[in-house]
Amino acid sequence: MEKALLEPMPLEKKKRIEIDHGRIKKRVLINKISGYIFSLSTVFALLVLVILLYRIVVQSIGWLDFEFLTGMLSIFPEKAGIYGAIVGSVGLIMVVVPVTLILGVATAIYLEEYGTKGKIQDFIKINISNLASVPSVIFGLLGLAVFSRFLNLGSSILAGGLTLSLLVLPIIVVASQEAIRAVPGFLKEASYGMGANKWTTIRKVVLPVALPGILTGSILAMSRALGETAPLVVLGIPTLILRVPENLMSDFTALPIQIYYWTLDTVLTKEYANLAAATIVVLLVVLFALNSVAIIIRNKFQRKF
Amino acid sequence: MKDTIENKNVVYDVEGLNLWYGDNQALKEINMKIYENEVTAIIGPSGCGKSTFIKTLNRMIENIPVVKTSGKIMYHEKNIFDKSVRVEHLRTTVGMVFQKPNPFPKSIFENVVYGPRIHGIKDKKLLAEIAENSLKSAALWDEVKDRLHDNAYSLSGGQQQRLCIARCLAVQPDVILMDEPTSALDPIATAKIEELIDRLKEDYTICIVTHSMQQAGRISDKTAFFLMGELVEFGTTEQIFSNPNDQRTEDYITGRFG
Repeated sequence: MEKALLEPMPLEKKKRIEIDHGRIKKRVLINKISGYIFSLSTVFALLVLVILLYRIVVQSIGWLDFEFLTGMLSIFPEKAGIYGAIVGSVGLIMVVVPVTLILGVATAIYLEEYGTKGKIQDFIKINISNLASVPSVIFGLLGLAVFSRFLNLGSSILAGGLTLSLLVLPIIVVASQEAIRAVPGFLKEASYGMGANKWTTIRKVVLPVALPGILTGSILAMSRALGETAPLVVLGIPTLILRVPENLMSDFTALPIQIYYWTLDTVLTKEYANLAAATIVVLLVVLFALNSVAIIIRNKFQRKF
Repeated sequence: MKDTIENKNVVYDVEGLNLWYGDNQALKEINMKIYENEVTAIIGPSGCGKSTFIKTLNRMIENIPVVKTSGKIMYHEKNIFDKSVRVEHLRTTVGMVFQKPNPFPKSIFENVVYGPRIHGIKDKKLLAEIAENSLKSAALWDEVKDRLHDNAYSLSGGQQQRLCIARCLAVQPDVILMDEPTSALDPIATAKIEELIDRLKEDYTICIVTHSMQQAGRISDKTAFFLMGELVEFGTTEQIFSNPNDQRTEDYITGRFG
């Protein structure tokens, strides 16, 4: 065996490969062209985004000011403000955050730590992932049937918030599951080895380590909830509300809804387009801020072990 | 329980222990005793069941769902597989140090007081006292006393492992199980841990799995040689290394395989 390895390869087996220089030229050319195609695609996507942003910002100039942010809704474009819509969106988030965080993290803990691994568990996991890709209108219909009609919550902030919670719950569950699964087993072992039970270990070791991941996922889910329009439209949020919502049972309007209706009514009143643009800028700034926070958290708590 | 031949207290008396991972039998009819204030080393080639065995002593092995056991492990005359035994309680009296240093991503202080805290100690003065004593016992106090609130991951690998030993001591166990505690460390850090083990056996009973026969020879009083799930030979370290009864033991310690 060893001898065979040491024996040199017979020389006559070595053969020169005929190199076709024309082929090489052709391949270099194809390589160059593909490079151009890919960079053009990127430029195209960026260009669309820039044009969109530019148009919106230009349209909003002169309309987006302090009075716009603090003013009440009005049928007269010059007087209209989005204070009510901002309060409505904040109210929605105040419902969505606690509901989804508690339900989502608890579900993830169950699936990752308590549930016995098996076919039923796999089935649940696949369905949660599937839920994350169900169109949001479907969630709106569900919210309409269950919260608005059956529980008689009407088109209140609570009904809207619960509907949006259902919509983003799968995202939070999946993100939390991933964060919990990424906690190294040796940390859990250390805790169990000192006589800690499962819940103590989860509370003191697993959750603190998984928290940045859970937070990042949750913030991204919140920004999704903030921007969703379709489910709220299905719930029948009134077109024009002149009063600011007072509590969770009040009728409300939210930023994306306001954008939707103003855009729809542009045919009637031209200036509504400017109002919509100004509202889009406000919403974009908020979403941009939320996503930045998510990225900062993710970078700051990058794994240290 | 007193062992009349050895004239020493028996801490663990393993009787006919079998263990399966699914259909795969990993431990076969193990019978052995672990005596108080001694270091018992478990040696054997990879996959011989030595880690499985030591993890059975505090029932950590049950975290793997497919594990089944039969036989008895008497710990101070009580079978640890008995329904009345709570693993949480067992593991406070039988501590464990793992192969890879595994401090929590918290401060040095928080690592040491983790155990006392989860067992309900809240008094800050008492916790500080426990932390100091445990770190002193683990020969780490002088190196970390000025930076107790630094992250544990700022320590070197050897210091991290001693921190894990301190964390284990803070729960005040009677027995310390060590699963290849120096396999991830350099020779100097290893020497420090070995020195520490030698001192700790005055107060604790230690059972250590080791890959290195030299280490077993240096630090242990008793040695058990495992091979393919069987306990081939168990005796004083001196006898095992100088005059083994079984041919397989001799082959292993003279380096003919493994």
